[in-house]
Amino acid sequence: MKFSLQKGSGPFYATLFVFALLYAGAALHFPGFAAPGVFVDFFSDNAFLGVAAVGITFVLLSGGIDLSVGAMIGFTSIVVAVLIGKHGVNPFVAIAVALALGTLLGAAMGALIRYFALPPFLVTLAGMFFARGMGFVISVESLSINHPVYTVLSEWKLNLGAVQIPLTALILLAAVAIASYIAKYTRFGRNVYALGGNTEAANLMGLPVGPTQVRIYAFSGFCSALAGVVYSIYSASGNPSAGSGLELDAIAATVIGGTLLTGGVGGVPGTLVGVLIFGIIQTGITFQGNLSSWWTKIAVGLLLLLFVLLQKFFMRGAAKA
Amino acid sequence: MSITIHARATKSTATEGFAMPEPVSEPQQSAVPLLSMRGTRKQFPGVLALDGVDFTLRAGEIHALMGENGAGKSTLIKVLTGVYPKDGGEALLEGRLWEAKSPGHAQQCGVSTVYQEVNLIPTLSVAENIFLGRQPGGARINWRAIKKGAEAALARLNLSIDVSRTLSSYSIAIRQMVAIARALDIQAKILILDEPTSSLDADEVARLFSVMRRLKDEGLGIIFVTHFLNQVFEVTDRITVLRNGRLVGEYETAALTRLELVARMLGKEVKDLEDAPRVQHAEEVRKEPMLRAHGVGRRNAVAPLDLELAPGEVMGLAGLLGSGRTETARLIFGADRLDCGAIEIDGKPVAISSPRKAIDNRLGFCPEDRKTEAIIPDLTVRENIILALQAGRGWRKRLSRKKQDELADHYIKALSIATPSPEQAVKNLSGGNQQKCILARWLASNPRLLILDEPTRGIDVGSRAEIERLILKLCDDGMAILMVSSELEELARLSHRVAVMRDREKIAELSGDAVTENGIMQAIGGAAS
Amino acid sequence: MSTTQGAASAIQPAPQKRKGPSPLLWPLAALALLLALNLAFTPGFFHVSVKDGRLFGSLIDVLNRAAPVMLLSLGMTLVIATRGVDLSVGAVMAITGALAAWLITTSHAGVPAVVCMALGLALVCGLWNGVLVAFLDIQPIVATLILMVAGRGIAQLITNGQIITFENPGMAFIGGGFFLGLPFPVTIVAVTLLITALLTRRTALGLFIESVGNNETASRYAGVNSAMVKVAVYAFCGLCAGLAGMIPMSDIKGADANNAGLYLELDAILSVVIGGTSLDGGRFQLVGSIIGALIIQTLTTTILSRGVQVEFTLVVKALVVLAVCLLQSEGFRQMAGRHFVRKAA
Repeated sequence: MKFSLQKGSGPFYATLFVFALLYAGAALHFPGFAAPGVFVDFFSDNAFLGVAAVGITFVLLSGGIDLSVGAMIGFTSIVVAVLIGKHGVNPFVAIAVALALGTLLGAAMGALIRYFALPPFLVTLAGMFFARGMGFVISVESLSINHPVYTVLSEWKLNLGAVQIPLTALILLAAVAIASYIAKYTRFGRNVYALGGNTEAANLMGLPVGPTQVRIYAFSGFCSALAGVVYSIYSASGNPSAGSGLELDAIAATVIGGTLLTGGVGGVPGTLVGVLIFGIIQTGITFQGNLSSWWTKIAVGLLLLLFVLLQKFFMRGAAKA
Repeated sequence: MSITIHARATKSTATEGFAMPEPVSEPQQSAVPLLSMRGTRKQFPGVLALDGVDFTLRAGEIHALMGENGAGKSTLIKVLTGVYPKDGGEALLEGRLWEAKSPGHAQQCGVSTVYQEVNLIPTLSVAENIFLGRQPGGARINWRAIKKGAEAALARLNLSIDVSRTLSSYSIAIRQMVAIARALDIQAKILILDEPTSSLDADEVARLFSVMRRLKDEGLGIIFVTHFLNQVFEVTDRITVLRNGRLVGEYETAALTRLELVARMLGKEVKDLEDAPRVQHAEEVRKEPMLRAHGVGRRNAVAPLDLELAPGEVMGLAGLLGSGRTETARLIFGADRLDCGAIEIDGKPVAISSPRKAIDNRLGFCPEDRKTEAIIPDLTVRENIILALQAGRGWRKRLSRKKQDELADHYIKALSIATPSPEQAVKNLSGGNQQKCILARWLASNPRLLILDEPTRGIDVGSRAEIERLILKLCDDGMAILMVSSELEELARLSHRVAVMRDREKIAELSGDAVTENGIMQAIGGAAS
Repeated sequence: MSTTQGAASAIQPAPQKRKGPSPLLWPLAALALLLALNLAFTPGFFHVSVKDGRLFGSLIDVLNRAAPVMLLSLGMTLVIATRGVDLSVGAVMAITGALAAWLITTSHAGVPAVVCMALGLALVCGLWNGVLVAFLDIQPIVATLILMVAGRGIAQLITNGQIITFENPGMAFIGGGFFLGLPFPVTIVAVTLLITALLTRRTALGLFIESVGNNETASRYAGVNSAMVKVAVYAFCGLCAGLAGMIPMSDIKGADANNAGLYLELDAILSVVIGGTSLDGGRFQLVGSIIGALIIQTLTTTILSRGVQVEFTLVVKALVVLAVCLLQSEGFRQMAGRHFVRKAA
């Protein structure tokens, strides 16, 4: 078996292959699909999903789950909007406050999971209710942000001649790059993989299991807060109901990107490809015109099934070797 | 006396702070032992796993830690390395009072361990497993250095493999070697190897031993846990024997024979055994075998073997831990799948591919690990007792509550299960009473063959005698019983025949007058005539 | 003297009596407390009026509105008892609602036939989940996530993205009718609860479910067919979700594939946990889950009728989840126990 040489990256290559296939198919089928601008839109339109998925990737790699990210997007985006719009806070300070809040909430969830041995599913579910509820408490209505700085942020584009890349896409790329680095080149990153591979063994190997676990959820909290900020830039507004149900899309994108839900295998680049597959499906269905949007959901569900079965296959191969 | 040591130790700790202790460069056999544990106590719910154990390790020696399952070897090591906090006793590392707060802390203090279960991350590469938690490079892990370092570490074990592949793509033996390479690569003063050789072949063992000898010459203290007697005599200098959480003694390896070691591990005096009269069995009834197994085996567990069991017969399965006795029992019940061989019941071939199939053929099985494989902890005594019978009847034919109560009451009385009520959750019972509940579960389903794996382990003396009486009575009533036990005396007393296992092979079958404790011991020790 | 006694009792394991407080005590106490608060502070909360032989009032409203979650929580209880979870129930509600609405508007089938077909589809959905979990050995969260994501798309496929509305008094009765003076959904819940209780307690299924959830290996060694038990509970959970899906569809006389049952899976899981069934599987409390669902609905209704910002409901829910988790956590209990002993001493 050729794949057995690189078991960890098998699912990743499968994802890349599916992406290439979908892209090539759509590009051939729809005139104009191959335009660079469309490709850039995959990034900018899904930037907040992508940034949140980066955080969730770490959680899933460690064998946990985080349901709070979608609600956190709504919460942080409205925090930023209210701070700027109603209290006249400098946008950068407001963004910093939102990021700090997200990180703190994530760390608190991590601490509950670690030190009271509570199931991540329930703790992050509570986190989801809390963040969503607090978002609504702050403001029920969505609030547009009319600050000169924000106008600049949401309209600024990196001009590369052929394409112009908006800030949100750059944030996504930066988040993916930095998180990939953390995952690959720092002890914290490697400990995340070790935890997901076998928590008991990680403890016996002398790794700092407790602090790592808390940091993972803090990191995911930070990422989802950043995703909220990205949302506020993308839409130039804050909306307490933004990102509803997004946690499941993020989990699906991560799994499609080759991260095993049992933990230990996968990576951030795969998640980016998973998010881009989302983008292709959505854009493709828009291009098609007469296909309705719900096909996106069905396609994502089918892809999820395909990749879960694929992962089973890879894991079984690994177990047999 | 101990108080003065204590005071001195504390003082020296205070003056030197928590600096890393210097590597040992003193001559071997120095006055201060490398490690000395005194009166170590560890209590688990319901079990006193370590009861005042002393252990001393000198620099430059290989020290075997021996004992049967449940003797406390692994617990002692886990207490030493900070996996479990200890409940009593103290440890001196190079004469200084010391306690590992966590496995990581133990590692920093120079205590490196290969635990019994493979303690590596299967999903990561070989190289990374060797360097996890101590990767070179500060803010940016230097992967090239890791790869080189890993290759060098494995080269010390004469192993040349692709270190960038995931650990899970290699055999258990290689994984074990990787775990050893990791432990060796950590600059350690004490190296603990908990059953490192259980999956290695002869060549690999030889390589490991040559490395161990070299490290010993460099002044390391090595704790070596194994159940292979040959290896103990081949490589170790001294032996500490534990039994039932207590220290039996510390011996020079050269001064001990194999038989003496086995006797100490099992808690018998060799001399007494040799003189002891053989317990007379009931008349040997050789009926037509009820179950016949031909060449049943499973890769990495049991070499193909034959077994026959007749109604009314107790067959003992003897052997040391890891000899394949438990694996054999599990194979017959279908808890693990057979790789080869066939099983016949009443002369007709049957496919026992799962426990359900076994139960359909009226087999019953009390597993060795009561907690994880036998009891349903939160359910009541009544529910635990009726479970197998009910499973056999299917979900639609529920036993009436009245019938359930009758059964529960009957077996609570018949087996004198000490429980305040049949509605007590079984997890609240003592080990012996839990075991009786599991026995009752099978008796209620009326099997023809009952497989008992260590039915009396961790059980108080009173319950134990009751369980033994019960086994004999069942056998009188015509049930066939296959019993695994590390208590040779018990096996000899209860069994009509005994199959002896060593290194995953059946090496002998004793019957009639040969079924004596000493006979079994001789067979296990390999001195069979 | 008292100090030593306190310390000793803290060290000793909990008294090993079977006759402890009923597991329903805490959920019941919480519900009673909520109702008492309402009695004291919410005028008219307990007021029930009779119009045309039908009962109206806040209490009736709580019962009626909690019905879908109560139904979901019955199936979810059994799934959680096997150490699983089913995230797809909300989507299954949408699917069955959509199918029923579509059938009633496009075919000549009668209401019973339509309901049967919708429930049949729900059963298939549940079986699908069960097969993924039991035979393909996929973690329950992931296995049911697939249908959760795709299910809503399937529902929209059935309705073609529209909100299908219908005028059919028979169909509208399911969610909007009255029976014995009470809203009909209350009857549906009562009958389902009764059937579930009979099915689990009058057959050996309940025993098998609890033993598989508590210790799967030991159950298999005792001869329990754990795979079939799992398939059965997921199938049953799907069926309950289908039933729950009938209510909002019938109530609004239409199928809204986008919003029907949205987030109700979380409320259902919450009800089960509040009701005293642990996410670790094992013992389950059907009545407890019903009480859990009532607690959540009472909380929501209270907040609404108190004129507190509606938005606080979610924050309160979050705190309730956390409190329940902590109360069930061994670590927290020990910590609280130690603290208490120290204070007492």
